[in-house]
Amino acid sequence: MAEFLSLQEAVSRHISDGNTVCMEGFTHLIPFAAGHEVIRQGKRDLTLIRMTPDLIYDQMIGAGCAKKLIFSWGGNPGVGSLHRLRDAVEKGWPNKLEILEHSHAAMACAYEAGAAGLPLAIMRGYIGSDLPKVNDQIKFIECPFTGERLAAVPTIRPDVAVIHAQRADRQGNVLVEGIIGIQKEVVLAAKRSIVTVEEIVDDLGVGVNACVIPSWAITAIVEAPKGASPSYALGYYDRDNAFYKEWDTIARDRDTFSAWLNDNIFEQGAA
Amino acid sequence: MSLEFTASEMMSVTAARALNNGMTCFVGIGVPSEAANLARLTHAPDVTLIYESGTLQTKPDVLPLSIGDGELCESALTTVSVPEMFRYWLQGGHVSVGFLGTAQIDRFANLNTTLIGDYQAPKVRLPGGGGAPEIATHAKEVFVTVKHSNRTFVKDVDFVTSVGFGRDGKARDNVPNIGKGPTIVITDLCILKPDPETKELVVTSLHPSVTRQDVVDATGWDIRFADNTETTPEPTAKELEILRDLKARTHAHHAK
Repeated sequence: MAEFLSLQEAVSRHISDGNTVCMEGFTHLIPFAAGHEVIRQGKRDLTLIRMTPDLIYDQMIGAGCAKKLIFSWGGNPGVGSLHRLRDAVEKGWPNKLEILEHSHAAMACAYEAGAAGLPLAIMRGYIGSDLPKVNDQIKFIECPFTGERLAAVPTIRPDVAVIHAQRADRQGNVLVEGIIGIQKEVVLAAKRSIVTVEEIVDDLGVGVNACVIPSWAITAIVEAPKGASPSYALGYYDRDNAFYKEWDTIARDRDTFSAWLNDNIFEQGAA
Repeated sequence: MSLEFTASEMMSVTAARALNNGMTCFVGIGVPSEAANLARLTHAPDVTLIYESGTLQTKPDVLPLSIGDGELCESALTTVSVPEMFRYWLQGGHVSVGFLGTAQIDRFANLNTTLIGDYQAPKVRLPGGGGAPEIATHAKEVFVTVKHSNRTFVKDVDFVTSVGFGRDGKARDNVPNIGKGPTIVITDLCILKPDPETKELVVTSLHPSVTRQDVVDATGWDIRFADNTETTPEPTAKELEILRDLKARTHAHHAK
């Protein structure tokens, strides 16, 4: 059964320096509150995996939490670059960042294979792309039945998965609604999982085919209202698109970013 | 009397006209999203739009800033997981058109959204592939829309993120289960299509008041023009009105 913890306890107990961590949420339900707690606790040398690093990893990379990033699209959606990610890749600030990049399809397949307990994911992909030339984790195999050349990538099986969801019931069963992304897959693929939720309720009140992750498949649950902001939680609050635009200015400059980090993360206590 | 319109509007309207009601379109963010929704709001109300966040048959009232805005989910027929999106719907062969933007495109319509310069020491690091590498090969055909400049239209892209026809124009030859690739490229100056034999992009239509020299100056290779190069029809008053309304609604929404 999942254990109910504070955000501070969940992060300090389940995320250690050097861990491989996936904080997922495809544009929706990005676990920002948990990311901020990772920064506050000064975690280091993490291998961060996310399809879209988004602002959450831009902040964590800029704060010096990461040594490696595995991703498939590293921009500020609809706005432009992730400047902290670029500064780390192009100039090594605040530390050198190793990157490994895939396509979305490959990462989605790798998460699904992780949930399925397989060592690899197979897909028809990367045809004609230069990505296999710069990522040695992309291989090609021959279908034993048809002879077709298919792409293979290693499964994603992180130490820790962190996701945000709308709500949990008092037993710790979790409901994810809306753009469900790869929330279920990453929890099932990981050794440990932290799920932050908007609220804890008596009854999830859902239909029979809803995306529900059972309590016994989750390690820790944390109540963190607005824990996905500035991304969004369908049914609770909208995406703060104005902040996503504003981030471009904040993150462009090292000093402005450091001041933002100090005022908004370090000077704020854990939720 | 001819209407006043900008080159960007000309691009969006022309890109929208490439879509029709029978199509199932996997939509990229930016100009492709603007054009796809303009098509839906004008001549193609029944075009099916799919975004990679898992939203199937979506009808947003404002253009999404990101690929996964709530608007896309709330106006969709249904929303599936990202693995299902890529495996069942895209790889499974249900997408007729992939509509993509790009940072660089070359004469064989290869797309680069990864970086400018050398991979190990990039001059400019760009976002990367996202859904595009597989959209480019699984969609039955690909439409590309991008502003024309000689920084964007280069002879050879620095990095092939998503294949058009490869470095030699032959990348799709004898590959099983692969789409036709780019069939049209719409810019703010003209329309280009691949030569049926060599697959090199050729200008087939110039937008009103654009000269051949304008296109030559904005293209990084020795661009060819089709024998019977046409003039692209101007936007109609109705198209411009709907496009401007959509953009104004979108701007007001994201400023909140």
